[in-house]
Amino acid sequence: MMTSEKITKRLLFAASLIIVFVTAGIIFSLVGGAIPVFSEFGISFIFSSDWNPSEGKEEYGALPFIAGTIITSVLALVICLPLAFSTSLFIGEYFHDKKVAKIIGTLVDLLAGVPSIVYGLWGFYVLRPFIVDLGLSSQGFGIFTSGLILAIMIIPYATSITAEIIALTPNDLKEAAYSLGATRFEVVLYVIIPSARSGIVASFILAFGRALGETMAITMLIGNTNKIPNGLFDTGNTMASVIANQFGEADGLKLSALIAIGLLLFVITGIINGAGKLIIKKLSK
Amino acid sequence: MSIINLNIKNPVLSLKDLSVSYDGEKLAIKKINAEIKKNSITAIMGPSGCGKSTLLRALNRMHDLYPDIVTTGSVFLNGIDVVEMSNIDLRRKVGMVFQRPNPFPTMSIYDNVIAGYKLNGMKQKKSERDEIVEKSLRDVTLWNEVKDSLQKKGTFLSGGQQQRLCIARALAFQPSVILLDEPTSALDPIATAKVEELLLNLKKKYTIVLVTHNMAQAARVSNQSMFMYLGELVEYGKTKEMFTNPTDKKTEEYLTGKFG
Repeated sequence: MMTSEKITKRLLFAASLIIVFVTAGIIFSLVGGAIPVFSEFGISFIFSSDWNPSEGKEEYGALPFIAGTIITSVLALVICLPLAFSTSLFIGEYFHDKKVAKIIGTLVDLLAGVPSIVYGLWGFYVLRPFIVDLGLSSQGFGIFTSGLILAIMIIPYATSITAEIIALTPNDLKEAAYSLGATRFEVVLYVIIPSARSGIVASFILAFGRALGETMAITMLIGNTNKIPNGLFDTGNTMASVIANQFGEADGLKLSALIAIGLLLFVITGIINGAGKLIIKKLSK
Repeated sequence: MSIINLNIKNPVLSLKDLSVSYDGEKLAIKKINAEIKKNSITAIMGPSGCGKSTLLRALNRMHDLYPDIVTTGSVFLNGIDVVEMSNIDLRRKVGMVFQRPNPFPTMSIYDNVIAGYKLNGMKQKKSERDEIVEKSLRDVTLWNEVKDSLQKKGTFLSGGQQQRLCIARALAFQPSVILLDEPTSALDPIATAKVEELLLNLKKKYTIVLVTHNMAQAARVSNQSMFMYLGELVEYGKTKEMFTNPTDKKTEEYLTGKFG
């Protein structure tokens, strides 16, 4: 007879197994779907910037989208770094345990939960016209606008993890520094930042990983042109946005190209997230 | 309170009506009056929660870090009220060693010793720095053990070595007073013996205030002892006399193990 403990164990195991099957299924269908385009163009699919869906002259290359993804994400990271870092010092150290830090911390978490489409809508109706008013670009679509909205989206994410890691700095280390006559600023510079360093790096890696895969808001703001962007205010496409834009009307080789781009994105974000989590895991030991 | 036979001339520290409260209402230590003798070891003992660490941390104004803590009364260091000194100045003259060894984990042994200078942005020639590091490490008898691994991280050392490194870090400024907050409570008996021996040597050059909940330790190393109970300084006297002939009933009960 099976005891209730055994039954529970098996039920839980079966439930976890579903996750494994789903993951394996996604990878299997992505790889399967990507085979045609890779067997047609080989590895040069990744390095080619041709994108021509006209029948008979079909050419597909992922480079413009890889470039668009990396440029917008790096831009977002650059904008996000100083803002997220100072906010997390504010929440995690200077005003830690104070009411104002708790309020700001809650707002940060709230921002992290806003759906992408809402950011996209706000970006489209508020940020984009603002870029036009500034005279930076004629219609306001493009890499810069996308990078900006991405930055706004990842700031809460990076802030909340960094603040937590900063707050984790052992109090006896801080007191040791104070007992040597250090000022608050010196404690931040010589004790908190060095001991939280790898955690801070990891939180920005995770934020970067988020930016890479962000889809909806970017699709609404980047301008959706299938070429390598010429500059910050040029239009372009990211790996995620080209898929979102074109999957509805794609079949055959083009569909395979989109799936291959999806596979690449899956692998890249997987590596980035894995690296970030690995650092955090090492840190918490 | 009873103070016996303690005619301390030119005390290094004098405490006048020193009180500390963590919440602004209840006092953790109550109107402490005492004087600390130069080049000697003064032990502060008492059961947990009696306020001995609170008293110690008031001496270098560590309580200033926490705005909710209210300190009243005064502490004079060589006759100067410590509130008239900058924190940097005060803490260069009054070093502190904590319960658990806390070398900076991201710094090498060398950088840990010189950390006080670095943290305060003081620049010296490399030869001067080398000299300070070697002298401080020799003072804590750690030099021979680490001289070949000065660039290794301080956290690779054993617990006892780490604690001696922390003492060296406090000595690097050549302070007049060293405050130690139960410095051996996380150490094994051998490492504890080393630290105690070290303290006996250091008192030739420094004035030492040692918080301990280990009566035997107070008896072994200290010249004067304070016994605290419920935030009050119950008895303060020469260690030998206090341990053989305590005047207060509470002190006697504590020393004979009736509570604590």
